[in-house]
Amino acid sequence: MARKLRKRDVEVVKTHLSSPWASFTAIVIATLWTIPTFGLFVTSFRPSTGINSSGWWTVFTNPEFTFTNYTRVLFEGRGATPPLSQYFLNTFAIVIPSTIIPITIAIFAAYAIAWFNFKGRNFLFFTIFALQVIPLQMSLIPLLQLFSGGLHIGSFTVIPSFGITGTFIPIWLAHTMFGLPLAIFLLHNFIAQLPRELIEAARVDGADHFKLFRQIILPLSVPAIASFAIFQFLWTWNDLLVALTFGGGKREIAPLMVRLAEMTGTRGGDWELLTAGAFVSILVPVAVFFALQRYFVRGLLAGSVKG
Amino acid sequence: MTAFLRRRLILATSLFAALSLVISGCGSSDDSASGGNCDAYESYGNYEGVEVEIYSSIRSPEAEIYQESFTEFEECTGITINWNGTAEFEAQLPVRVEGGTAPDLAVFPQPGLLKAMVATGKMFPATDDVSAAADEYYGADWKAYGTVDGTFYAAPLGANVKSFVWYSPKTFADNGWSIPTTWAELLALSDTVAAGGKVQPWCVGFGSGDATGWVGTDWMEDLMLRVNDASTYDAWVNHTIPFNDAKVAAVLKEAGKILKNPKYVGNVPAIATTTFQEGGKGLVDGSCAMHRQASFIGGILAADYGATIVTPDDTTTEGGITTFYFPGVTADQRPALGGGEFVGSFSDRPEVASVQLYLTSPEWNNKKAALGGWFSANKGLDVANVADPVNKNAVEILKNATTFRFDGSDAMPAAVGAGSFWKEMTAWVAENKSDKAVLDSIEKSWPKS
Repeated sequence: MARKLRKRDVEVVKTHLSSPWASFTAIVIATLWTIPTFGLFVTSFRPSTGINSSGWWTVFTNPEFTFTNYTRVLFEGRGATPPLSQYFLNTFAIVIPSTIIPITIAIFAAYAIAWFNFKGRNFLFFTIFALQVIPLQMSLIPLLQLFSGGLHIGSFTVIPSFGITGTFIPIWLAHTMFGLPLAIFLLHNFIAQLPRELIEAARVDGADHFKLFRQIILPLSVPAIASFAIFQFLWTWNDLLVALTFGGGKREIAPLMVRLAEMTGTRGGDWELLTAGAFVSILVPVAVFFALQRYFVRGLLAGSVKG
Repeated sequence: MTAFLRRRLILATSLFAALSLVISGCGSSDDSASGGNCDAYESYGNYEGVEVEIYSSIRSPEAEIYQESFTEFEECTGITINWNGTAEFEAQLPVRVEGGTAPDLAVFPQPGLLKAMVATGKMFPATDDVSAAADEYYGADWKAYGTVDGTFYAAPLGANVKSFVWYSPKTFADNGWSIPTTWAELLALSDTVAAGGKVQPWCVGFGSGDATGWVGTDWMEDLMLRVNDASTYDAWVNHTIPFNDAKVAAVLKEAGKILKNPKYVGNVPAIATTTFQEGGKGLVDGSCAMHRQASFIGGILAADYGATIVTPDDTTTEGGITTFYFPGVTADQRPALGGGEFVGSFSDRPEVASVQLYLTSPEWNNKKAALGGWFSANKGLDVANVADPVNKNAVEILKNATTFRFDGSDAMPAAVGAGSFWKEMTAWVAENKSDKAVLDSIEKSWPKS
């Protein structure tokens, strides 16, 4: 009964959403939302004198384009500051491990929580779920203290200082910590919904947990893994706060976003470079998004009730 | 599947190793010390492979000039100076200090932050050498701003001067106006300009995003030093006299003579919506005669509105702008309002103290000033090394100043100095709020402790 009802609801929604009026509204909203970005895009190709004297829409009557902003941003370093292309490497060095590490941990944890029977399983899951409410900003300083000085209770050393500040490691670990609760939650919901019959059949055939995980769970979870990977990738790519804090202000390990934030001069001069910088920095996320779009939508739905 | 996965894993790991090699390769720099005479640097010691990080809000393109000024010092002492400028300096410094990754040296743009950092107990007082150098090369006012509770922590670095009126020498020469030397003359000149009818005497813009109104607080501060004296200024900043005191009201009244006079500034409420960058635009096209703003506005007007910074004698350049001293009530009263940076230390390593000491030396100050766009209050700074005519004027103002005071709103509690003071000054022009109402509501907002 409930199932039938839902199907009819879907039909109703579908007809409503595909009416010409709905399409028209969608197009209008999409256009309105894109205009500022488009303006920024046009601006990034204008010379700085033009940017300061007239609005971007004047290009239609008075076209004036240049690649100066892009060449300056991409290839021109300033003294000790390397050009933006250099920071791409740093960003990749941060983003790739920061995506792989949490997913690796989360997929194991999700499998264990979903399919192992042990005491306090639900409590553990809810604790992890609840950890999502802790704001990242609250934990910045304690975490930084932990990385730089270790953990001491009185004179007893619980965690020694590893001397990892100023390397990529604190950034990786911080991204991992902040990403794990949601990763475990999403993957758990997906893995828990895999058909029990499949897993029981594998057990009967003599598969142990490792084999089961490797040959059944992992291949079946690829969509969920991919969708979370996109999320985590985009978050870490766009992150400024974590990199700024845990990077210890070192230029050698600063990612694109940190550089972008200080691209304008001390008193806000040279801001035309920001327009080009912004478009350079979104190239990769946009490519990733378009390449993996279908997983992205599935990722948004992961964890929600399935029809 | 497994073999495939493993192969991929190996590939990923080796890719990573290669990547990190590339990155570490980029980070290192070869330190082949070359030629040059290093005798002058002997007193700073000899080190090998040590690095000193200077954390600052000063970033590109100014940061590169700093880095350039250190080259010789670096080669001779073996200390690598890493100038680390970030827009998030004021937010990130407390985080780094609390988190145990404090920088070696930090450049404080205002004394309030220095006080807060000293309170964390993580800062080291300046060494005796640095303290002696500060005594020798800087005025007592300057050293006092780097001192917290009687202990000297931070030596002055660069300076900026706010007591400037910008004008176009060409416009002044064409109309036969002369530079006023007293406040009364300044008002008389404004009347003359207004009577001419073609040029608006003053251009003012308070707009600055979240910080809209700071230009108004600068006017108040400059006039506070003139209408009253330095001790009243200090009492006002430290709130030992109330904000709605008669002495403060007198200052606002004087400011209103220009800022709220439609004959001088045109549309008064429009001041609030004109950005401070745009405020000086009228000087360039000759639509207004004077603009009171700090030294830095020249760079903005030059870059964004095509102005040329000229000497006061250059009366022919179209769009040429320069400055005269914002006059005192009498001609021999010459207070200076400004700001500056202070270098404080979070490390007791000897090389850090060496760098701090070097930054107070006349040698470095002259070297840095010669690279352009910069000056300091260092007594050993030779004006000949300051190329820019405006900065030259600023150095003169600092040298002749009867008193020097820091931007007062920066030293007030944030609720006032970065809050109600800005807002009320904006309301003062935008809503034509009365002097009394403005001062009363700022007084009411002062945090009670």
